[in-house]
Amino acid sequence: MMQWFAGGQRCLRVVSTLTALILFNALLGNFALADTGPDVAYRAFPLVGSRVAVWVAAQLHLLFAAFVLAVPLFALIIEFIGYKTGDKRYDKLAYEFVKLLSVSFSFTASFGAALTFLLIILYPKFTTYLMYVFKPTFAPYVILLFLEGIFLYSYYYGWGKFKPKTHLFLGLGLNLVGTSIMLIANAWLTFMTSPGGITESGELISTWAAVKNYTWMPINIHRIIANVCFGGSVAAAYAAFKFLQAKTDEERAHYDWMGYIGNFVAIIAFLPLPFAGYWLAKEIYAFNQTLGVTMMGGAFSWLFIIQAVMIGNLFLSANFYLWLGMGRVEGGEKYQRYVKYLVVVIVTCILIWATPRSLISTAKEMQLMGGAFHPMLGYLGVMSAKNTAVNILILSTFLSFLFYRRCGKEATVSWAKLGNLAQALIMATAACIVLFFGIYGYFVEAAVRIKFSVPQVLSVLTAMISVSAIDYFLFRGARTKPIRWGNMPIISQYTLFFLAVTFTWLMGLMGYVRSGLRLHWHVYGIMPDTSPDAFTPTLGFATQVVSVTVLIFFCFISFIFWLASLSGKQNFDGSTAEH
Amino acid sequence: MNLLMLLPVFVVIGVLYFLRVNLLVWALAWWLGCYFLITHLLKIPAPVSVVKIYMSFISLGIAAFVISDRGRWESFKKPLLRLANEKKFMPLLILLVLAGPSLAAFKVYHSMSQPIEAPSFGRTIHPAPPDEITFKGKQIDLVKSRNPFRELEVKDPEAFKQHVESGRKIYFQNCFYCHGDALNGKGMFVHGLNPLPTNFTDPGTIPMLQESFLFWRIAKGGPGLPEEGGPWMSAMPAWENFLEEDQIWDVILFLYDHTGRKPRAAEAEHG
Ligand code: HEC
Repeated sequence: MMQWFAGGQRCLRVVSTLTALILFNALLGNFALADTGPDVAYRAFPLVGSRVAVWVAAQLHLLFAAFVLAVPLFALIIEFIGYKTGDKRYDKLAYEFVKLLSVSFSFTASFGAALTFLLIILYPKFTTYLMYVFKPTFAPYVILLFLEGIFLYSYYYGWGKFKPKTHLFLGLGLNLVGTSIMLIANAWLTFMTSPGGITESGELISTWAAVKNYTWMPINIHRIIANVCFGGSVAAAYAAFKFLQAKTDEERAHYDWMGYIGNFVAIIAFLPLPFAGYWLAKEIYAFNQTLGVTMMGGAFSWLFIIQAVMIGNLFLSANFYLWLGMGRVEGGEKYQRYVKYLVVVIVTCILIWATPRSLISTAKEMQLMGGAFHPMLGYLGVMSAKNTAVNILILSTFLSFLFYRRCGKEATVSWAKLGNLAQALIMATAACIVLFFGIYGYFVEAAVRIKFSVPQVLSVLTAMISVSAIDYFLFRGARTKPIRWGNMPIISQYTLFFLAVTFTWLMGLMGYVRSGLRLHWHVYGIMPDTSPDAFTPTLGFATQVVSVTVLIFFCFISFIFWLASLSGKQNFDGSTAEH
Repeated sequence: MNLLMLLPVFVVIGVLYFLRVNLLVWALAWWLGCYFLITHLLKIPAPVSVVKIYMSFISLGIAAFVISDRGRWESFKKPLLRLANEKKFMPLLILLVLAGPSLAAFKVYHSMSQPIEAPSFGRTIHPAPPDEITFKGKQIDLVKSRNPFRELEVKDPEAFKQHVESGRKIYFQNCFYCHGDALNGKGMFVHGLNPLPTNFTDPGTIPMLQESFLFWRIAKGGPGLPEEGGPWMSAMPAWENFLEEDQIWDVILFLYDHTGRKPRAAEAEHG
């Protein structure tokens, strides 16, 4: 088996190198194309049509790219923790995360190549235009891709072979290169939504201005955070997969821990995500009111209701996982009694968060309400209510985590009572500030109200940081009962799967919003889409494409999970594998 | 709000507390109590679509609570297991088994005997405006144009007042039949209209929009709405046929002035 596996890996490496080469050639080929000018603007893709073909390829490429970018980010952090504390477990864990990378990297390159081909073949005129505007960015992109390969494979194969510091440095390089690649790719696609650096007829003025268009930075930030979130959740799903497969308690304990860490990473990254989203939306409004209204008021606003429902599910399941985790520690039951209050607060916030502004209603219901806005529920649909709800949700999730951390711990410091009191006061103050601005927001005009989100977020952030700091000192040298890792009901592992699938699905959905927003434009306001696919598909169709893409992604990722799990298996001749 | 409806819920909770019922009963009681409140607390009932979203989250919340602790899960299961296994509960079990299909049958009967209603559509209230419109043969750029009289508010309050006054006249000569004399969308014609005229006092309408958006809507009316503003034609007339450009800007000033709202500011330019 092992030989086959090693052979398979070699084979994959060859494939990935080849695809990288082909990609390189394709890009070079396009410089030539740009000079001669192609004579057709569009070609049709059989069966599903060009749009769906490019859509699926782009989404799959993005999902794998996100994974390949995110995993090194937190693997490096975990490795660093291992290095600092000298705890070998962390090092092993980081390596286990990184094991998922090499095949994913090949898939990313393959899907990237597929996407490039599809674009060149199906949308030659548009692709040529993008090449024209972004010509200078392709050489660095390709060079960075090679560097990424070099760093990634030396980071992976060099595990335990280099001095720790050298190895950490490789990881750092990998992250820097990966992020730079993403920044370049983001420039291309944000340019399509909010073009800059060109004249009204599309003549290039400055490539740099085209790169740093209105939505570039917001997308960069949003994507980095979302990637970590997604990477963490997929890695947690891997751990869940291994947990369910595990035969011994020892294995179960290890994978329970790994799932916990992956999920922890995902949730931490998830908390600031709504704010990054607000910033992005604000920049889209700032660039063009029509785009803003299409997104938040027009056809796409229904997708945000689906998004709100999914985010509600994410919060609830993340908390659910933490509450289940209290069962890992003897004496954890003590904190279970708070769960009912947390449920009430969290569900209430989710209900507010998911209340649409204009409601789907029958003609009779509309007559009763006097429009599509409900006279009472309408108050829950506006920004003030949403911001308040999401901030309180974040605070309660943080509280669940604090309770979880406390399970089986007894503080021994002399100021324990005082510390607890201070923490409670800080949390309560933050909640009050959030509520105050939330309610006050109804009595002021929009321009002022928008600014209120800043003190709300800041008070929540301050509370989380200061309470964590107190917690750290409070429980130094505390009497602790051991955590019985692996002592988790099976449903917790399915929760991890659910979280991973939901994150992935949300990425697909919101990616569609970002891209579909342009309506019948390739480059908004500059280059119209005159292909037969230029219409906006129905919401039902769009969600189906997203779902199918997510399904394909999980088929591929399951294959990667399976490959990664082979390395722990015995060789067919009975000797054990060296990894 | 029918706050009185809280009373029966509190009474039931009190009784259940006194009886020290088990978790299964509590979970059911919470579910039914929430359902009762959501459907009865509001004077104007929430649309079914909202009730569905709410109840699914409440169900999930209750499930998360019950399952997230071994003790709770056991005590939730216990009565169910007893019901399924103990002889003396046999009649109850049979009743329950029969109740399932009967409920389904009742549901079918109930929904068949409802009066037929027009299906609901997700109408987009504020569809995206075009970038540019032609108004009486003149090109107007909706992205860049601002209300030409807005700046008078600080520069020349007297002149500004006159424009608002002119807007008021226009409003009461043309718009109040539908949008109401209090600007609340309750004009005398509303009974026959679907979609209903906009209630300008609602914070979800004009404060969310820039003035150029209103200009477009007033000039082009219902006929100028893109498809997603459907499925039914809006009765809002296309005022470009009756009003001058300046008059439309005036009536826009009046709408904001009278409701005490501010238009959505054009975002600051980027460096
Ligand atoms: C025949 C009835 C009728 C009259 C008269 C009428 N409207 Fe309307 N108006 C409507 C209806 C119905 C709607 C809501 C449907 C829609 O958006 O088209 C509406 C919508 C609007 C909107 C869009 C608000 C939003 O939130 O998008 C504006 C602005 C508006 N009307 C202004 C006016 C003005 C100004 C006048 C007078 C010059 C006027 N209306 C006269 C029926 C009318």
